[in-house]
Amino acid sequence: MRPVIPYVTAALLFGLGTYGVLRRRNAILVLIAVELMLNAVNLILVTADTTVRSQLPHGGQVFALFVIVLAAAEVGVGLAIVLQLYRMRASVAVDEVPLAEPPSPNAPAEAPSPNALAGPSASPPNKAAPPTTAATPGEADR
Amino acid sequence: MTGTDALLLALGALAVGSGALAVATRHLVRAGLYLVLCLAAVAGMYLVLTAELVAWVQVLIYVGAVVVLLLFAVMLTRAPIGASTDLDRPGWPAALIGGGTGLGLAALLVDAYRWSSVPLPTAGSAERIGEQIFGSWVLPFEVLSVLLLAALVGAIILSRPDIGRSPVDPAGGSGADEVATETATEGRRSR
Repeated sequence: MRPVIPYVTAALLFGLGTYGVLRRRNAILVLIAVELMLNAVNLILVTADTTVRSQLPHGGQVFALFVIVLAAAEVGVGLAIVLQLYRMRASVAVDEVPLAEPPSPNAPAEAPSPNALAGPSASPPNKAAPPTTAATPGEADR
Repeated sequence: MTGTDALLLALGALAVGSGALAVATRHLVRAGLYLVLCLAAVAGMYLVLTAELVAWVQVLIYVGAVVVLLLFAVMLTRAPIGASTDLDRPGWPAALIGGGTGLGLAALLVDAYRWSSVPLPTAGSAERIGEQIFGSWVLPFEVLSVLLLAALVGAIILSRPDIGRSPVDPAGGSGADEVATETATEGRRSR
């Protein structure tokens, strides 16, 4: 087995993934390119497991399994973020996110709901002293 | 040049070709399908490299779950029939950096390994990999399960619009975290 063949394949796949991450505008296509890069790293790990004699046998394959799990978690959270971005801004372009929220019908209905009913004692002092918490994210997009 | 090398060359060419199509195509859905082809070719390379368990986990998780999730996201956001013209930025810097990275790494690895040959190791079957994971690597394995739980909870919170939406009027300056917990308790009481 010539290890240079899978190594070069992995290097080219990583280059393709880098190109895709930098080139694509659609966030889902950026995630697809990230998957290509992660696969290249997995291929390097599995090939190194065959060429490098290590103290613990099959360490590269175990790490490849770990990277696969990490990739699954990454794509789950990433797609949740992308879907939420599309729901709020109606766009998935990564280079120009519109800052103005599209008009949503339920925003004025939820705005006047009374806050003091739910928070018995914590909210009035917080409203009285806004400078510490007024700059937290989450207020800007309301 | 043995049969193993020929198989690796063919699968590697398939993986690189379909990967190039996945990052270059103008059809959104086809990018996901080319990604399936690329991942399957890489799984075939794992099989040739005697990593059985990793190959089948790759098929199960990547081809079975990740790509289906990506295709669902494509369908849920914007899935035009036919080619899209606004998928790409002007790409000379990307081609320069990507090509430089790929070819540079390839040159480095070719220089390191030349045309040397190594014998194939013992097969990474489920029994041997399981012994390693639950023997030597059990702590990273458990930490990874905590990470999966965190990702699960994070994805659920991100995709539920009623969690974290503040009911406060724009004049009142209330903290976002407290508002989130208040919204949660309020919703629970109203139900």
